[in-house]
Amino acid sequence: MNFPGSGIIKGMAVTALNIVGSYFDRAHAKRLITEQYPEERPKLAEASRSFPFLVFDGDDPEKGIRCVACKICEKECPPQCIYIVKDTDANGKPIMRPKVFDIDISVCMGCQICVESCPFESIRMDNIYEVSGYDRFAPLVLHKPQLLKSNAYYHGIRPTEAAATDARIEAARLRKEAAAKAAAAKVAAAKAAAAAKAAGEKAAETKPTQPE
Amino acid sequence: MSASSSNFFSGTADAGALEVSLGPHHPSTHGVFRMNVRMEGETVVKLQPVFGYLHRNHEKIAEKNSWLAAMPYTDRLDYICSGTNNWAYAVAVEKLAGIEVPERAEYLRVIVGEMTRLQNHTAFLGFILGDMGAWGSALMYAFREREKILDLFEELTGARMMLNYARFGGVRCDTPAGWLDKARAYLATYPAFLDEMEQFLTGNEILLSRLQGVGVLSAQRAINGGLSGPVLRASGVDYDIRKVDGYSIYPRLKFRVPRGEVGDCFDRFMLRLLEARESLKILQQALDQIPEGPVVNPAVKQRGFKPPAGEAYGRIEGPKGELGFHLVSNGTEKPYRYHVRPPSLINLTLLEEMCLGTKIADVMVILGSIDIVLGEVDR
Amino acid sequence: MNFFALLKDFLLQFLGLFKNLETLPVECMRLLREFLTKLGELCGITMPQWALDTVSALVLIVAILVTFLVLFALMSVFERKLLARAQNRYGPNRVGPFGLFQPVADGIKMLTKEDLVPRAADKVVHYLAPIVMVAPALMLPVFLPFGRGMVAVDLSVGILAFFALGAGTELAVFMAGWASNNKYSILGAMRAIAQMISYELPLVTSALVVALVAGTLSPTGIAEAQSGYFCGFLPKWFVCTPWGFAACVLFYIGALSESNRCPFDLPEGESEIIAGHLTEYSGFKYAIFFMAEYVGMFAVNGLLVTLFLGGYNAPFPFLEWVPTWCWFFIKLWAVALSMVWVRTTLPRFRIDQMMQFAWKFLLPMSFVTLLAAAAWYYAGQGPKAWMSPAAWSASALIVLLSYLLLGTFCFTRRHSATNRRYLFSE
Repeated sequence: MNFPGSGIIKGMAVTALNIVGSYFDRAHAKRLITEQYPEERPKLAEASRSFPFLVFDGDDPEKGIRCVACKICEKECPPQCIYIVKDTDANGKPIMRPKVFDIDISVCMGCQICVESCPFESIRMDNIYEVSGYDRFAPLVLHKPQLLKSNAYYHGIRPTEAAATDARIEAARLRKEAAAKAAAAKVAAAKAAAAAKAAGEKAAETKPTQPE
Repeated sequence: MSASSSNFFSGTADAGALEVSLGPHHPSTHGVFRMNVRMEGETVVKLQPVFGYLHRNHEKIAEKNSWLAAMPYTDRLDYICSGTNNWAYAVAVEKLAGIEVPERAEYLRVIVGEMTRLQNHTAFLGFILGDMGAWGSALMYAFREREKILDLFEELTGARMMLNYARFGGVRCDTPAGWLDKARAYLATYPAFLDEMEQFLTGNEILLSRLQGVGVLSAQRAINGGLSGPVLRASGVDYDIRKVDGYSIYPRLKFRVPRGEVGDCFDRFMLRLLEARESLKILQQALDQIPEGPVVNPAVKQRGFKPPAGEAYGRIEGPKGELGFHLVSNGTEKPYRYHVRPPSLINLTLLEEMCLGTKIADVMVILGSIDIVLGEVDR
Repeated sequence: MNFFALLKDFLLQFLGLFKNLETLPVECMRLLREFLTKLGELCGITMPQWALDTVSALVLIVAILVTFLVLFALMSVFERKLLARAQNRYGPNRVGPFGLFQPVADGIKMLTKEDLVPRAADKVVHYLAPIVMVAPALMLPVFLPFGRGMVAVDLSVGILAFFALGAGTELAVFMAGWASNNKYSILGAMRAIAQMISYELPLVTSALVVALVAGTLSPTGIAEAQSGYFCGFLPKWFVCTPWGFAACVLFYIGALSESNRCPFDLPEGESEIIAGHLTEYSGFKYAIFFMAEYVGMFAVNGLLVTLFLGGYNAPFPFLEWVPTWCWFFIKLWAVALSMVWVRTTLPRFRIDQMMQFAWKFLLPMSFVTLLAAAAWYYAGQGPKAWMSPAAWSASALIVLLSYLLLGTFCFTRRHSATNRRYLFSE
């Protein structure tokens, strides 16, 4: 059928179908995909990312902080929104802990490069999205206390990724332990050998070696 | 009334001429683009594009940052289709450093790239209807479907628009469990949507009279202007970098490249619809054939990446045309020179030629049919 | 008899009127006059005729104003809701139940916004334009019969007066465009003038068709001419005849154009010339323009209902228990919402295409309907034409043939989706 005006009538049929269809559509099914925001919260995908946060282990943020203030993320960050100052001990000697860790989320573009570059599994992407403030500057600079979030929170928002991270850390710990054990055994063996040598030479009583 | 005094162009205007600055704050210049237009009645006799309102120093920032740090910035070039921008940059770097890409990563790049093309062309249908003054229905239908593709992107990459997905020698992450099935199931519903759009739009007499014969561009002029992408193919030139270069896994996939005959706005409009259907075919094959394996070349060090000294030009067929990156390395961890060949900007160069002699309302439609994104034009 | 007894008596009478909804509005007016006369007698004066007339006229004015302003308010929210549904959105649903108080919120917003006047504007004309716009628009409904015997001004040349007054709004549009001293505004204003001149012709001609058959220019007479049924139950509305249908569609297109609605919203085509003549208006002046446009749209839709859709007549005999004025407003809403449906579907015309459409298609077509109506009238020997096959076939043939011919000439020959070929390379 191709009489003059038929295209317009076809188009009108499509919109009519949508008008009627949207009244009979289940919410979020085919047509009415709007989420009515303050009442309905979006169900975020696991991978969904917004801004970075710092993971800490255990219950105490200060004790459990994984970050060692190596400043790799600060260097790698493309818009340079991270600012880190190393902490010092009582003698003024730098220690492996950040004193200041700020992220300016008005600059951050959520690219996840800090996460990829962190060798200590310390910085991770959050999925918060309600971070507005009445000031353009101060409320949008997140400081260390705001950034520190527990490993449990991390498991809450991204179970798969967090489990993999934990497995990696556990593996690294086991490797380290095994290496330490091996090193200790080596030391012990060397000591024992030396002692045996000494004993053989002097034929004196030997001190028992203490395992670590 | 001082409407006829000459404001933008040198020399005095004719008594009947009206000069209007369309933009930078105008509802349908697709961003902060400005056109100084001289009209006689409603007929355009002179048009001067003014751009640079969205200049963000993209190239210089990339030269001051590490190689990897330019990757998230490429998302912001053409923010409608960031998936292909990442890919083009990765292709250029891989060419520069001679990096192999694993099989699965190539498939994932093609899947993300073609989905990007699909949603770009879908959104285009809505945008151009908006430029013609339709009251947003087509735009909302297009965005409804685009939303679902963006949901898939979010599940895969964590972001809806700024994917930041490609990496040197692969892609950033593998698909989450069940993602491929989800994508397959969703894309199976897509042809029905395209049919609905076609029924809604292509026969409409008003749309036909607004698009046909407007902004005609001959094949010769299109080639001379360096145009690429659907705008070039609408003028009847058979040139698609996916076929010409045969990069990635495209030679293995069966798809057709459509081209028009007249080169007017209607051909450009139809070409997007036809290309969307071809993209669906590519996606179907890629989703069926995707092998298991690593998604990134483990030999490549992303952080502190240092390609050997040299230069390379890598390009892909982006949704809007030939998207290329020209990179010069001096062996350090920052690019020595970083240049983008944005398809939107180069396609825009013939705007005045297409617009002269048309009505002021056509200028918007022609601009819309080129399908520009100002993030890419101004960089 | 004291005042309170009088009041009580009339209140009881007023409540008694609700037994017959059909005559309620007319009886209310009669009761008011009676009440005033009795009140005068109570005070010891004889109410002069002119005082009674003035008071009842004022009451009528207020009634019509309130009706149409409420219609405008409801339309502004229902239009947005329907548009939203067509676009798979929810539409306004935050202010009050189902978003029904949205117009109140809009009104508060409009009232509290800053009223900007450009420095270079012609301030007096800029100020006057909204007033000139809204006055004729609010005057238009007085000629419409809202129900049987319910017409504020029963002119024998009502249709003529309607069009004469309706054309006044275009002057305001040009005033607004000129006074703003803005290039977009002047472009919009010039488009508005061009559009008015082109579309007034098919609009009036297609109204003329009805006047030809009904033999009167009075809206009441035309509505009465459409009462009754043929074949026992089918309504004798003019839209049911071939010529009437064609004229109705033409009138509808003309009405879309006269009320500046999509696809003829060129004077304020927001994707081309920002907002046309409205670009430099803000706050309540903008709201007044908006209101005038909607009231004008309702008025011209009311005329369409009167001319073609049987006015206040019920569609079927078994629905006659519904009061006639209800039918009028039901039909009015149906036409108004169909305009929203059109708006949500179609893109805008280009200026030259709009002119071509008016002069090359609508105007010849409206002359053809005139011819078809004449054929109907003579082939069917006047009012008996409803049952005459000759009348039906003659007018249907004329309309259909000329439509296909003109339509093909105007659209399909030059623009069609099937005249394009797309090549594919593997």
